Amino acid sequence: MSNIIEVTNITKSFKDGDRVTEVLKGVSFSVPKGQFVAIMGRSGAGKSTFLYQLGLLDHPTSGELMLDGVDILKLKSEERTRFRLERLGYVFQDYALLPDLTAIENVVLPLLMQNVPDDIAYEKSKQALMRVGLEKRMYSLSNKLSGGEQQRVSIARSIAHDPKILFADEPTANLDSESSENVISIFKELHKQGQTIVMVTHEADYGKITDRTVLLADGVIIEDTINAHS
Amino acid sequence: MTFEQYLQTSLSALKRNRSRTGLTILGIVIGIAAIILIMSLGKGAQKLILSQVQGLGTKSVVVVPGRQLEGPPSTVGLESLKKRDLEELSKPYNVPHAAHVIPLIFGNDITEYESENFRAQIYGSSDQMPVIFDADPVEGMFFSQDDVVGSANVVVIGSKVNTELFPNGGGLGSRIKIKDKSFKVVGILPSKGASSLINFDDGVIIPYTAAQNYLFGTKHFDRILVDVDTEANIDITIEDVKQTLRMTHDIDDPTKDDFSIVNQKDLADRVGVITTALTYFLAAVAAISLLVGGIGIMNIMLVSVTERTREIGLRKAVGATTKNILLQFLFESVVLTLLGGIIGIILGTTASFVASVVIGRLASFEWTFIFPIGGAVLGIVVSTIIGLIFGVYPARQAARKSPIEALRYE
Repeated sequence: MSNIIEVTNITKSFKDGDRVTEVLKGVSFSVPKGQFVAIMGRSGAGKSTFLYQLGLLDHPTSGELMLDGVDILKLKSEERTRFRLERLGYVFQDYALLPDLTAIENVVLPLLMQNVPDDIAYEKSKQALMRVGLEKRMYSLSNKLSGGEQQRVSIARSIAHDPKILFADEPTANLDSESSENVISIFKELHKQGQTIVMVTHEADYGKITDRTVLLADGVIIEDTINAHS
Repeated sequence: MTFEQYLQTSLSALKRNRSRTGLTILGIVIGIAAIILIMSLGKGAQKLILSQVQGLGTKSVVVVPGRQLEGPPSTVGLESLKKRDLEELSKPYNVPHAAHVIPLIFGNDITEYESENFRAQIYGSSDQMPVIFDADPVEGMFFSQDDVVGSANVVVIGSKVNTELFPNGGGLGSRIKIKDKSFKVVGILPSKGASSLINFDDGVIIPYTAAQNYLFGTKHFDRILVDVDTEANIDITIEDVKQTLRMTHDIDDPTKDDFSIVNQKDLADRVGVITTALTYFLAAVAAISLLVGGIGIMNIMLVSVTERTREIGLRKAVGATTKNILLQFLFESVVLTLLGGIIGIILGTTASFVASVVIGRLASFEWTFIFPIGGAVLGIVVSTIIGLIFGVYPARQAARKSPIEALRYE
């Protein structure tokens, strides 16, 4: 299997006045296409920061990052945005939906930004909402949906454009157990269909459903385990 | 994103905060409405003044006694225009392009009919007066040359004098009293409003000979009007009038002229320039409120950017580029100001229409409502430009936000 993610010696520092805090201290990591990876670690270990670098929401201080065969750090800002828009999907812990838009309007937004024609964009959005079981709530305002439903809308938005890699940042952290199971079953189904998924989580149990568990501590990978069931 | 999508996004963002949107655009609404109101009323006033100045027609030359129009105010020579001047000016070899020459004497006095009375403007003139002023009676006829020569006690009355003295009608043929002298009403004028020289509605017109002999006891005229055959001959006619009057008054030095000449066309042009300049000046003053409105919009947009930090981060996280965000916020401020501009135009137009009706009724002017198309176009353009200029800074602030920081914002 070829690697769809290749990270070499990535660092990320934040400046606060004269003080420099190094959150990622040279992380190297690769993910083959189709793999479901869980990134775990304590709070402050650098999990979310690492995911932001992979998901191109942030820019590493140094290192190399290849996604889907493209040397990301050589791209200009607008090219990176376009790459993220077209090839990556991102599921946020707090759903990150626009509250005044309906479920389908939230899902269609990234497609419209890609200049996908309206009719195709709405058709793809409907399909995505059906895949997460929300075909009956697609015209509800997102702030009228339950937490679990909102997270499913967020997943539908992240998969509507058939991304090469799906990133999820603690997608079940705000959900009750039933909704969590629901969301995880969607990820399992997506994985079964060949989707590459990188998910940050606190839940040790998710090691049972992912192919691999990477443990981060203090900005470095301290453990990288291929799970027995995979 | 397409133009339509930006527009939709802007409109829905503005709809979300209706009351804030309304308050934000208030400055622009007031500014544009004030400009429209001022321009409309300015043009209405200009038209009214010009119509009064041009009541005589632009090819009339007015001879005024004395030198009051040039140099320091002077009463010297206020009685300088006499019958001989009228006769000389009427001779074709003196003033070849004069179509008509008429004298005017002004005064005002109580007119009476039985128990009714009214203080009227009294004008003494010749039988040629209706030709120059386009003032033919609706009832009866104007007095004749014979009436003028014979100092006949006849009068043509204005419409208001008619209704005041003869509320039940029957004015024509009746005899009214002015200074205890009896005058027979031979004609009644239609309602004509006022020109710069004559207020026909409030006026009574009698032969100038009768006015001089029976009412004022004078031998001079207050004005002599020379109606020129065509506008092209105005300048040459003015020269002819000057030469003729200097000859009859034995004046060798033009600086000693005991008369002056007002050219109606020049007066109309000057009035036009002054009222236009005044209108634009007032519009410029009103435009200051647009500047204040623009700053208000910038302020609110900055608040909106801070308030919507999370939304901006979210849009960026799902793929909006810096340009997308910049355009979205620019669209919002332009839509906001454009909306303000359109409401301002509607409000200003309505207010100026109402004002024109009220002024027309209260002041009994023939005030015309004029929709200032130029002002409306200017309003749209200016409000759009204000939206663009004052929207750039907040839009740039929004576009610069990092998605991660924006998403973390609570």
